[in-house]
Amino acid sequence: MSGEIDVINSLFEQIDTDPHQLDDPETAHLIINANHVVGMQAVPGLKVDAKELADGVDIKLRLEPGTVVKKPVHLCFGMIPKTGVQRIIMDVDIGAGAKITLQAHCVFPTAIDVEHIMDARIKIGDGAEYSYFERHVHSPDGGIRVIPKASVTVGRDAYFKTEFELIKGRVGLIDIDYDTVCLAGGVVDMTARISGRGDDIIKIRESGHLKGERARGVLTSKIAVRDRARAEIYSKLIADAAYARGHVDCKEIVQDEGQANAVPIVEVRHPKAHITHEAAIGSVDNRQLETLMSRGLSEDDAVEIIINGLLSR
Amino acid sequence: MGVLEIKDLKLQLNNKTIINRLNIDFWEGHVHAVVGPNGAGKSSLAATIVGLSGYGSFEGDILFNGESIKKLPLDQRAKRGITLGWQEPARFEGLTVHDFLMAASKEKAEVNIRNALVMVGLTPDNYLNRAVDKTLSGGERKKVELASILVMEPKVALLDEPDSGIDIESINRIFDAVHILKDRGTTVILITHSLAVLNEAEHAFLMCNGELVDKGPVDKIRKYFEDRCMSCLHKNVPDTLSPGGQL
Repeated sequence: MSGEIDVINSLFEQIDTDPHQLDDPETAHLIINANHVVGMQAVPGLKVDAKELADGVDIKLRLEPGTVVKKPVHLCFGMIPKTGVQRIIMDVDIGAGAKITLQAHCVFPTAIDVEHIMDARIKIGDGAEYSYFERHVHSPDGGIRVIPKASVTVGRDAYFKTEFELIKGRVGLIDIDYDTVCLAGGVVDMTARISGRGDDIIKIRESGHLKGERARGVLTSKIAVRDRARAEIYSKLIADAAYARGHVDCKEIVQDEGQANAVPIVEVRHPKAHITHEAAIGSVDNRQLETLMSRGLSEDDAVEIIINGLLSR
Repeated sequence: MGVLEIKDLKLQLNNKTIINRLNIDFWEGHVHAVVGPNGAGKSSLAATIVGLSGYGSFEGDILFNGESIKKLPLDQRAKRGITLGWQEPARFEGLTVHDFLMAASKEKAEVNIRNALVMVGLTPDNYLNRAVDKTLSGGERKKVELASILVMEPKVALLDEPDSGIDIESINRIFDAVHILKDRGTTVILITHSLAVLNEAEHAFLMCNGELVDKGPVDKIRKYFEDRCMSCLHKNVPDTLSPGGQL
């Protein structure tokens, strides 16, 4: 038991979060280190099953229709060992009219050769709301490969929001592949904010299929690549129903020998649908840079502030 | 001797003379105006003084407290206390007003940041967490930028068209901030073609076609500017027209 507490404390220390908040009986949580479930608590209406596998955990998360989980649910996927594979299989079913927010802390502070694979199937019922905030802490050496894949169905008038953010450490490899289908009146809102250095590689493939009338989608990626880091962003929105609305927004700052490409794909199959896209790739804006430097900041410090601003929430 | 001395400055851009043999002394702790019609070279002078990119190659010299700053890059000139408020301030996506002001702040003190916002007429609680981006109006960004200059506590502040984008009700706040800078000992240089801004200065320089046409008390320069510049139909095209006779 004390070993589990030590692991939890160690993981939460990395994300500057007080682990004692898990003592709150109204705060549901699931803590996983490598392929071990080291802590789990549900709340009424929320059912969580976690089955340990040889190289990860198979999770089934069910939220009863109409259930509103008031406090954010904490998911902690950590890997204290320096090497290994963590495979997370997630099957999420959010009942009609239910609401839930998940804070996913993905913590790999000492990774030298770690692979974190997520394979998620998420079904959001009619009128339900599901928000997933994924914050990553990686090792300073970037010895990690993060490969999350999700297939999401957003029901009628339902809401799906996800944010992916690296808050500490090096990227290593991040290879995101999210595919969403949005029914009538549904909303999909996906955002990624990642800064790469060294030889980091950032790949994002995200798509939103606005199938129903009045469905709406926003795909946002804000990326910075410095040193020799590379980024490839493929953002696709398809609208094939009346009054479907969408926007793809991709901003990438390239410094040093970094390389970035962004491919926004918008496809409209109905005369009353409308999708826009905006992509800006390049170095730091000179006016921004000179404004900060004219206040006495060095060029490096000014670039850091500009990039941190771009990547901030 | 001025705190900032422009010595026989000649600036050429794309083979055109933008500033031609300019000599100006800016006195310490005074509010100066550099006035003139569009294209006179006023903003180019400001850009050259602070050291913006593209303005680093010129003849003559710029002395700050008697020492040449000609070879210093922008950030080193700023570290010595020379800064610029842009006519059209930059937008910073995601960067909060708080973080922008803290980056500029000399003392890195929260109270200074809040006070600076109050001085320019913005309520701190309503603005500190907002981003310095397109969600702020041009006037609000102008005020935030002026606040960033207040917290920097510069020795020389060049303000390029400080009334640009500012509504009538707020203009006095901008002028108040100019006088706060002066009271703190900052030398303020107002780059303007506005009579309202010119009136806030103690001493003025009139430029046309990259040359100094006149200098002196504000009343004198205002009269010259009103009588001759405002009715002048010629377009400033540096290097092609004689400045004196055209005014």
